[in-house]
Amino acid sequence: MQIPYTVEERPDTGLYNAKLGIWLFLASEVMLFGALFSSYVLLRTGDPGFMTIPHGIAEHLGGHEGAMRWSQVLSVPLAFGNTLVLIFSSVTMVLSWVSLRLKDFGKYKLYMGLTILCALGFMVIKAIEYNAKFAHGLYPSAGNFLAVYFTLTGLHALHVVGGLVVNGYLWGPGAKMWKTDPERFTNRVEVAGLYWHFVDLVWIFLFPSLYLL
Amino acid sequence: MSGHTVEEIEQEKRKYWVVFIALVALTAITVGVSYLHLSTGAAVFIALLVACVKGGLVAGVFMHLISERQAIYAILVLTAVFFVVLMLGPSFTRMGGVVG
Repeated sequence: MQIPYTVEERPDTGLYNAKLGIWLFLASEVMLFGALFSSYVLLRTGDPGFMTIPHGIAEHLGGHEGAMRWSQVLSVPLAFGNTLVLIFSSVTMVLSWVSLRLKDFGKYKLYMGLTILCALGFMVIKAIEYNAKFAHGLYPSAGNFLAVYFTLTGLHALHVVGGLVVNGYLWGPGAKMWKTDPERFTNRVEVAGLYWHFVDLVWIFLFPSLYLL
Repeated sequence: MSGHTVEEIEQEKRKYWVVFIALVALTAITVGVSYLHLSTGAAVFIALLVACVKGGLVAGVFMHLISERQAIYAILVLTAVFFVVLMLGPSFTRMGGVVG
């Protein structure tokens, strides 16, 4: 059976089906991250001591209670680096789609490959960050701020892994479709790109609210 | 979708790089401002303002929302309404106290 509207636009929506589908999915993603973000705002504004590191942990980290805030244990340089990596990967992602529209498959492979490398780079930096926390016994159970930090950044990192899987497929075995159905393949890359830009967008809000404020 | 001729697509590519540079600059501004030790209100306002501009650039240009179909705008208006309700939720809530 032929799947309808993979390339041509549906007359009622003016869109091919996958595009409508990905936007509906992204709408649900906004609610998922929105609920967690809202919880963070509620906890942070509701508890005056939310950002203060308890005495025992502060002493262990070489400071003292009252003077040390949870945001101080997070690495701004690493998160800044990760922000640049994700922004760059968004450009390479959109350029991979543009390359297909220009019928340049070689450039597509290059830009999609770069996007995948950036995603891997993001995960490596994230692993370094997490390891530095774990080495000091800073687990989600250490405090509400860390619980929020690990939940939000962990869920975001899972989304990066999801993007890696899809982009890896479109770069590798899935790229065979370029020979048989190039327009449909181009649309697949566009839809994967919309998801990837959303992952970038979430990080744009997570970075200042967790690391800088 | 805008841009179907090769020239138009080439122009699109330049636009993407310009947005990339703007996003890097705005990220540097956010980090720079955080070292100024502003009052909490000002810091939150500036950080979220810059994040909204960056988010707008990503959604508008990379996700090409600037020129999309009505159906997508309809989905997003509904999403925005529910998102605002979610974000306003905490201000309608009276906390009995949270243990850190």
